[in-house]
Amino acid sequence: MSEDHYLELCEGPVQFEHASSVNNVFFDEANKQVFAVRSGGATGVVVKGPDDKNSIAFRMDDKGEVKCIKFSIGNKILAVQRTSKSVDFINFIPDYPHTEFTQECKMKNASVLGFCWTNWNEIVFITDQGIELYQVFPDKRSAKLLKSQSLSVNWYQYCPETAVLLLSTSVQGNLLQPYAFRNGTLSKMTRFEIELPVIPKPAKLSLSERDIAVATIYGQLYVMYLKHHSRTANSPSAEVVLYHLPREGACKKSHVLKLNTTGKFALNIVDNLVVVHHQSTQTSLIYDIHLTEPDCALNTHQPVLPARSIHPYRIPLTGPVVVPSQPPVPCQLYSSSWSVFQPDIIISASEGYLWYLQVKLPPTVNLLKDKGKLMDFLLRRRDCKMVILSVCSQILEEGEQGSLPVVATVFDKLNQVYKEYLEAEQTYTLAMESGPSRNSAAQKRPVRTQAVIDQSDMYTHVLSSFTERKGVCHKFIIAVLMEYIRSLNQSQITVQHYLYELVIKTLVQHNRFYMLHQFLQYHVLSDSKPLACLLLSLESTYPPAHQLSLDMLKRLSTANDEIVEVLLSKQQVLGALRFIRSVGSHDNVSARKFLDAARHTGDQMLFYTVFRSFQQRNQRLRGNPVFNPGEHCEEHVVHFKQLFGEQSLMKAATV
Amino acid sequence: MSLTSILSAEAIESAVKDCQEPNSFSYKKFFELCGLTSKTPQEVKDVFNILDEDNSGFIEEAELKFFLQRFVPGARTLTEAEARTFVSAADDDDDGKIGAEGLFSVVFLLGLLSRSPIMAAVSQEKQYTPSLLSFFVYNPSFGPREGEEEKKILFYHPSEVEKNEKIRNVGLCEAIVQFTRTFCPTKPAKSLHTQKNRQFFFEPEDNFWIVMIVRNPMVEKPNKDGKPPTVEYQEEEVLDTVYGAVLRQCYSMYKLFNGTFGRAMEAGGVSLLIQKLEKFFYRYLQTLHLQSCDLLDVFGGISFFPLDKMTYLKIQSFVNRVEESLSLVKYTAFLYNDQLIWSGLEQDDMRILYKYLTTSLFPRHSEPELAGRDSALRPEVAGNLLHYGRFLTGPANLKDPEAKFRFPKIFVHTEDGYEELHLIVYKAMSAAVCFMISASVELIRDFCERLDALVGPQLTLLASDICEQFTLNRRISGPDKEPQFKFIYFNHMNLAEKSTIHMRKTASVSLTSVHPDLMKILGDINCDFARVDEDEEVIVKAMTDYWVVGKKSDQRELYVILNQKNANLIEVNEEVKRLCATQFNNIFFLD
Repeated sequence: MSEDHYLELCEGPVQFEHASSVNNVFFDEANKQVFAVRSGGATGVVVKGPDDKNSIAFRMDDKGEVKCIKFSIGNKILAVQRTSKSVDFINFIPDYPHTEFTQECKMKNASVLGFCWTNWNEIVFITDQGIELYQVFPDKRSAKLLKSQSLSVNWYQYCPETAVLLLSTSVQGNLLQPYAFRNGTLSKMTRFEIELPVIPKPAKLSLSERDIAVATIYGQLYVMYLKHHSRTANSPSAEVVLYHLPREGACKKSHVLKLNTTGKFALNIVDNLVVVHHQSTQTSLIYDIHLTEPDCALNTHQPVLPARSIHPYRIPLTGPVVVPSQPPVPCQLYSSSWSVFQPDIIISASEGYLWYLQVKLPPTVNLLKDKGKLMDFLLRRRDCKMVILSVCSQILEEGEQGSLPVVATVFDKLNQVYKEYLEAEQTYTLAMESGPSRNSAAQKRPVRTQAVIDQSDMYTHVLSSFTERKGVCHKFIIAVLMEYIRSLNQSQITVQHYLYELVIKTLVQHNRFYMLHQFLQYHVLSDSKPLACLLLSLESTYPPAHQLSLDMLKRLSTANDEIVEVLLSKQQVLGALRFIRSVGSHDNVSARKFLDAARHTGDQMLFYTVFRSFQQRNQRLRGNPVFNPGEHCEEHVVHFKQLFGEQSLMKAATV
Repeated sequence: MSLTSILSAEAIESAVKDCQEPNSFSYKKFFELCGLTSKTPQEVKDVFNILDEDNSGFIEEAELKFFLQRFVPGARTLTEAEARTFVSAADDDDDGKIGAEGLFSVVFLLGLLSRSPIMAAVSQEKQYTPSLLSFFVYNPSFGPREGEEEKKILFYHPSEVEKNEKIRNVGLCEAIVQFTRTFCPTKPAKSLHTQKNRQFFFEPEDNFWIVMIVRNPMVEKPNKDGKPPTVEYQEEEVLDTVYGAVLRQCYSMYKLFNGTFGRAMEAGGVSLLIQKLEKFFYRYLQTLHLQSCDLLDVFGGISFFPLDKMTYLKIQSFVNRVEESLSLVKYTAFLYNDQLIWSGLEQDDMRILYKYLTTSLFPRHSEPELAGRDSALRPEVAGNLLHYGRFLTGPANLKDPEAKFRFPKIFVHTEDGYEELHLIVYKAMSAAVCFMISASVELIRDFCERLDALVGPQLTLLASDICEQFTLNRRISGPDKEPQFKFIYFNHMNLAEKSTIHMRKTASVSLTSVHPDLMKILGDINCDFARVDEDEEVIVKAMTDYWVVGKKSDQRELYVILNQKNANLIEVNEEVKRLCATQFNNIFFLD
């Protein structure tokens, strides 16, 4: 069942010295750096970055136990908190003095709960009495208070991605006050309250910071509240409540994720999916807030997939001596020493690893039986293209009874995304063509995500191999191709001619010419020159193709030359001549071409007629029936004289 | 327009007066008295349109009660019995259905009039249309010896003819065919022209001959002083191509439902074949209406329903889904408004099936649909509000516990011979679908219920989709103006035909809106075209001052009748070019 695990830990985790009595480990969510501080820094600090390559190692004086340690953005300044009153700074900018300097919090009797860098030189202190925003001047070795707010704080959460700080206030802790930071300013956002399952009496702190997480999902900021099951309230199991936190406006309770169980949970966000880890069963659940559940109340979500554990992970043994025979050690998943950070980080401090959590899409295909829902799910994932294409191949392969409606649904979903992209692209092109206008800044080139599966993708990866596979009923093949064409048409997407060619090829292979004829009759296969030529080539096996092809060329109205060629090749010289006259290009066609064809028929009267017709044209155009030398008609003039004599030639009108 | 602009007020008055007494109404007398019998089809049509207040194209039996009041507001209502007799008089194929369903259309009105001898301006003359004298099937090899001639005859109509005469007639035909063989062994005579009648010979299978003898149309002029009337035969009015085609169609229709003659021979010898021929042609010949056969019978074309791409693809999708979920279904055909949209059958089979559907099956069933959902005529709808689907062949009512699940069987071509199929025709509103299922499978209630549940709702939806799309397209193309021309178009490649000459076709009468003389000219032009392969164009000025133009380009034929008395040849040519440019702009049609 190993292919069932749809979550996995990344390969090549960030490795660091595991936590011990002499080694303290810290994690900075903003820079995603792990700090291993040995003996208060005296014997070294090792900082491992997110991609494990650029690690920084340095020493600092042991001035007491380190409570918190973080680099500013860009690793310019290091901030270390050792006491509850102050934070120390160390410059990491080359050529600047390295000596530490200290900033105490301004508020009297306040104790610093922590700090967050909001910029390369801006830092916010969170104390139990409020927040203080400082600008740090590394050259002057000082910091200036920019702004402060005073309110009583229980705990805080910071979302570095959006620079939003969430403070827990009030006695129960469930009144949350968000602040947003931007370029040295601090703006207060609307305060909101988390609904507690039980109101404790007497009032006491009942909302723990462990039950709150802040993350962006589908580009929107959400506060996730892990609402535990409580015996008194009427809730049989735990749930995650998502509060949507817009930049402006009030925060709203927007989604409820049903966990259907109780116990200890942890939350991650991976690829816009909410992942809920459940420790006691050692499994995880995923939720997609954009998937609508038809049988649930609005915005209540059930897990997309059945609960599965994270894919088993083995720690490769590395060390000074690599013993090849020794197998990698299985890593204990869901260990109590794990710490989970937003959005997708899992840290095992005791083992010294930092992993990114990843979603594996292939296993989801077999777990989600409803293909329409599966498509909705896959189309919102990052690396979905190949999986989607494989799903398409798979549903065609099975070819079970009643699979056509499923095929139709899948095609419709794919083309909906495809169409939206094409429309966005078109709007962008139009905006660009009309020149850089006032709001050109707002116009961004639409990003082509992997979910955009176009006709050539479908053709290359799914349809061409499907039509060539042996043992598939041709009826089904045609049905699928028509379904795809129908779906494209429904989304008003121009169908590429290679799809039509595939249809024609399949029909011809199975001698279904009458079907083909009917499709063309209703213009289901849109006109194009390549298609008309393909039809011409079918004439020997299916004579009516000739008529169909001519009709198509006529409708194209840009293919008059081709029509003449076709008629001449059929020895319909007079027909060709009449046609070319009717479209009004009689004056500039090559007379030689027609005379060649007329002579080739062996019909002398026909040759006479055509010859005279061109002489008359010459007369009309140039006032002289003689052919121009450039027209290379000399041999035909000679032939004409031989047949009908010199006197039959039309003479120039004598003045 | 009012009634009195067509019929005189006095005539109406006297006609209504004549049937003042209850149960004294006779439609024949009424139409005669009010002068309707001497009107042209177009005038009759106008009268009908006035009577048909809601323009539904039909007068329902319930409405028919007030028939007289339409003429004179104060007149009495018809009694139940009168209304019923009136309607059943319109039931011209004698199956009791049209009358029973209580609808009355202009077609039947015209039908009624055409069956009563036309009292035209020259009331003394009697005009007789071509009619079927006899029809027989024989095989010379069955009775080669003298004294055994009777064995050759497999079917003879009319059956009451004396045996020796049958033998004589068959022998004559055999002799003619043999004699003409000496001139061209591969192409013996196809028809024999005599003053009184015309005989058509057709050998559909080796040694099997079908002969049809048609009496030429004639005019009977009564002579004064008690002498027998003089009869003038109009032998040149009958076209070989038309009746030759009718004869071939007879065979094709037989073959559609019974397979080849050879098949019956294999299965049960001569006796089975005789039995099958008897059973089939006895009914079929009654439905032959030779007087109304024309060019369209020569073409035997299929009228296609014009449709936009998207709706067409939806139909495709529907057909594919049904065929997939009901895997028994081998072929499907989809029709709307009696016009074809999709055929899974090959062209030749579809051609004859289409003929059967549109001239026989649909007319028998079309009226209840038009009655609409609220009509009491369809009680079964009440219990089934989900959809309007119903079986045209097989069970009339699925809920009936005694419903029979027997469907007609048809024979279609396959690569190696033919196969026998059940023909299920299912209809919802104006959309009809034919499902063909191998005859080796026994169809049971369960299957029909499954089909009903699956197809009914989808088809109902699709039908209203098509209807919506169709009216939308028609609105875009502008209101229908009465054009200056009428045309027939036919494409040999896909058998597509289009006619603005013919009005609604039914089993009995194919009504044309032009004079028979013009139809005859069209037929003649068609004969000319058939003789050569090259593209041609013929322009004729008819005696009646109409212009008739025939064009042939590649495999297409177009016949136009122009009503422009004073136009000259060049103007007519221009007019036809314009017509091609507007009506046929998306096909390659050489000028």
